[in-house]
Amino acid sequence: MSDATLFEQVKDEANRADPYPLFARLRETPVALQSDGTYVASTHAAITSLLHDPRVSSETLPPADRPKTGNPLSDWIVKPIRDRITDAHRPFIFRDPPDHDTLRKAVMHEFTNARVQALRARSHTLVDEILTKHAGSTEFDVVDDLAYPLPVTIICEMLGVPTEDEPRFHGWATQLATALEPDTLADTEARAENSRTFETISDYMTGLIKEKRRTPKDDMLSGLAGGGVPGVPRMGDYDLIATSILMLVAGHETTVNLIANATLALMRNPEELASLRRDPGRAPRLIEEVQRYDPPVQFRTRRALADIAIAGTTIPEGADIILLLASGNRDPAVFTDPDRFDPDRGGIRHLGFGGGLHYCIGAPLARFEAEAALTALAQRLDHPRLADDPPPYRPGSALRGPKHLRLAIDGIRPS
Amino acid sequence: MTCDHLVIVGASLAGLRGAEAARQAGFAGRLTLIGDEPHRPYDRPPLSKQVLTGSVAPAATALPNLVPLAAEWHLGSAAAALDRGERVVTLQDGRRIAYDRLLIATGARPRPWPDAAQGRLAGVHTLRGREDAAALRASLAEKPARVLVIGGGFIGCEVAAACRDLGLPVTLVETGPTVLAGVLGTYLGAVVGALHEARGVDLVFDAKVEALEDDGTGRVVRARLADGRAIETDCVVVALGAVRNTEWLTGSGLAFDEGGVDCDPEGYVVDTEGRPDKAIAAAGDVARFPHPLYDGRRVALEHWGHAAAQGAHAARLLTGHGAGPYDEVPAFWSSQGGVTIKSVGLTEGADSLVIAQGDPKTGRFLALYGRAGRCIAAVSFDSVRWLPAYAEMVAVRAPFPPIRGGVDQGRLSEMAPGLAQRDET
Repeated sequence: MSDATLFEQVKDEANRADPYPLFARLRETPVALQSDGTYVASTHAAITSLLHDPRVSSETLPPADRPKTGNPLSDWIVKPIRDRITDAHRPFIFRDPPDHDTLRKAVMHEFTNARVQALRARSHTLVDEILTKHAGSTEFDVVDDLAYPLPVTIICEMLGVPTEDEPRFHGWATQLATALEPDTLADTEARAENSRTFETISDYMTGLIKEKRRTPKDDMLSGLAGGGVPGVPRMGDYDLIATSILMLVAGHETTVNLIANATLALMRNPEELASLRRDPGRAPRLIEEVQRYDPPVQFRTRRALADIAIAGTTIPEGADIILLLASGNRDPAVFTDPDRFDPDRGGIRHLGFGGGLHYCIGAPLARFEAEAALTALAQRLDHPRLADDPPPYRPGSALRGPKHLRLAIDGIRPS
Repeated sequence: MTCDHLVIVGASLAGLRGAEAARQAGFAGRLTLIGDEPHRPYDRPPLSKQVLTGSVAPAATALPNLVPLAAEWHLGSAAAALDRGERVVTLQDGRRIAYDRLLIATGARPRPWPDAAQGRLAGVHTLRGREDAAALRASLAEKPARVLVIGGGFIGCEVAAACRDLGLPVTLVETGPTVLAGVLGTYLGAVVGALHEARGVDLVFDAKVEALEDDGTGRVVRARLADGRAIETDCVVVALGAVRNTEWLTGSGLAFDEGGVDCDPEGYVVDTEGRPDKAIAAAGDVARFPHPLYDGRRVALEHWGHAAAQGAHAARLLTGHGAGPYDEVPAFWSSQGGVTIKSVGLTEGADSLVIAQGDPKTGRFLALYGRAGRCIAAVSFDSVRWLPAYAEMVAVRAPFPPIRGGVDQGRLSEMAPGLAQRDET
C-alpha cells in the first residue's frame, strides 16, 4: 500500500477513533510524499527539524476569495479590497516573523500572571458549579456537560466577551476551526462558508472592540484595544479583530479535546484514575502524558518556501507540509514503549503544544483548566463507566476529539 | 588491561559528567575524582551573571548529580605530577593515587594581570571560581565609585552588564577595536558594543591598561593607560582570557603548553612524539584536539556544553564503553544586558558573514559565518528559534549561505566579519 493512501486514511472518519496504527506505518518514511503533492512529516526528528526551519512558512491559507454577490460594485470594488485586507491581516497562527512576533508579543503582554492565576482559581469554581448542578444525574457527558462549557467560559471571561453571547458564536467557532483541516482548505464551498463566517464574527468583534474602547474593563480585549504600553506594539484594528477571533476559536476547540481525551485515557486506565483520586498532585504529569499520547491538535500544515532536503527526500518549494505532531509523540526513537499511557515516564519532550515560534500561547490555560476538570472528576464522580468505547468522534482529523463522552455514574459526590 | 580504577583529575563540569557517563554506561570499577577546590562540582555560568547581581548565592551553584557515582573524592588539593610509567598521580599534599585509566579535566584559570604585585592590590579581581565570584560580588555590593573591566571578551562583557544591572558606573577597556572581536569579529562586536553603550557602559577601545596604581595602602585607585590617560577606579576586574592548567604534566612526557594538552581525534592524550597513550584521555577546557568539522584543526574549547559532552565521551572511551572520534559541534551561549547570544560552530577564520535571519536594528537576528563558501558558524541574538536549522547546516558544512527566500530574511548581503584570518600552518 502506498503512502498516499495512508494519510488519506488518517483523514478518513472511519479511522478517527484510533489513527495511531496508521501513524506507525507513516513513520516508516519519516517525510512521505502524498498523492496530492503534500509531504507528511511523522517522526519526532523530522517534525522538530521542520518546526525550526526558516524555509518553512505558516502562511498556508489560500488567498481570500469572498463569494461574488452579483452586484458589480461589491464584486469589482469592495470585494478585492476586502480580500486584500483579509490576506494582509491573517491571525498570527497563519503568519511568519517578523509580523507574527509583533502580534504575539502584544498578546503575551496581556497574559499577565495575575490574570492567569485569577482564571485558574475561577476554573476550579466553575467546575465545582457544573458538577454540583448535575448532582442527581446517573449519566454525565464529559464533552457537553464539562469539557465544552469550561474552556468557553474561561476564554470569554479572559477576552471580555459577554458569556451570554456565547451561543451566537458557538457555531462560528466550530466552523472557523475547520480552517486547520486540509480538506476544508481544498474545498471551494467550505472555504466560502469559512469566509462568510469570518465576516460575521468580524462584525461582532468590531462592535465589541468599539465598546471596549468606550468603556475599557480589566480584560484582554480592552488591553489590546487600548494599547499605548511602552515597548509593546499596538495592533491595528484588522489585526486586533483577527487576533481576538483566533483566541476565541483556539479557546473553544482545543481544551475541549484535551479534557475529553484525558478523561477517556483515565477511564481506559482505571488505576490512573484511582491514583489521581488519591493524589490530585498527579494531575500535571497526567496532563503532559495526554498531550503526548492523545493530543488535541494532531497535526498542523506548513508550506515550503524553498527546496528542503530532509530525511532522504527533498520537499520542493511550494509544497504543503503536514507536521504530524501526534505521530512524533509516538515515535519509538524518542519514547520507550510509546503506545503505553504512562504518566510516570520521565523527561517527555512531546509535541502536543507544537514547538518553535508558534508554540501554543494558551498552554498555561489548557493546563490549569484540564487540571481543574480532571481532579474534580476523579474526586466527585461516583463509579464512572464508559457508555461507549470508543466514543463517537467529531469530524476533524487535525483538531481531533470525541463528540460525546458519555459516562454512566452512580451519582456525583458533593465537593 | 581492563579498567578497574578510573581516576578523574578535575572536579568540575567535564569531570562530573565524565564520572556520570562512566557509571551510566555500566562501569562498575573504582571511581576517584580529584579537585583542587574544596567544593563538589559547581556551575560556572551564573558566576559572571546572577551571582554578581546578587540574585543567586555563590553557594547555590552546585551542579546536580544526575547519576549515583559511588566515587572517592579527593578535594582541596591539586594534582601536582603525573607518572605514566607507574600510573600514579601525585597531589600537592603528597597523596599518591594509582590509576588504570586517567581522565584529565583540569580546566583553566584566568590569565593573571602581568604585574603580580599590581594584581594583588585590594580591589583587583579575576573571575573563574566560586570564591572569585563571592569576592567580586562583595566588592560590587559596596557600590564602588567606578568599576574598571579590563578585556572585552565574554567574561568582561558579562561583568560590565552585571555592573549596569546594579546601576554601577563601569568602564571597559579593550585593546581591540570592538568587544568580542576575537570570537565574533568586529562587525558583530560593534553590535554588542552598541548594546552595552546604550546601557551606559563606558567603552574604551584600542587602548591598553599599562599599570594599576594604589593609594599607598595597597588598595587600587587608578588605572594608567598606555597613552597616558588615567581612569579613577576602586574596583578592577581583569578579564584577559584563560590559561590551561597543564603545569602539573611537566615531566610526564605528554605534549602540552598553556593552550592545553594535545589529544588525538578520539580524545587520548599524545606524547611529545605524537603517540597516543591509551590509558589517558582529556576533556573540557584543557583538551586540545583536532576537530573533524574544521579540517582537523586543533582546538581547545571553553564552552559549557563542550565540557559536558567531551567529559562524557572521554569517560566512555576510557572505560571501554565507546570509541570513535569526538565530533560534537561546538556551541556556547552568553547573556548580557538582557540579550541572549547563542552560537554554534567556530567563527575562527571566517571570511564572510550574512545576517541570515531578522535584523540587527530590531535586536533579534541570526548571523551566519562562512569560510571558503561553506557555513562554519551561526550566532543568534535573541533569536534562538532559528539556530537548530543553521546548526544542521554547520554540521554538514552546507554551502554558504544555505537558505534564501525563507521567512524573516532580509537581502543577505555578504559582509566581512572582521575576524583575523586563520594562520595556515
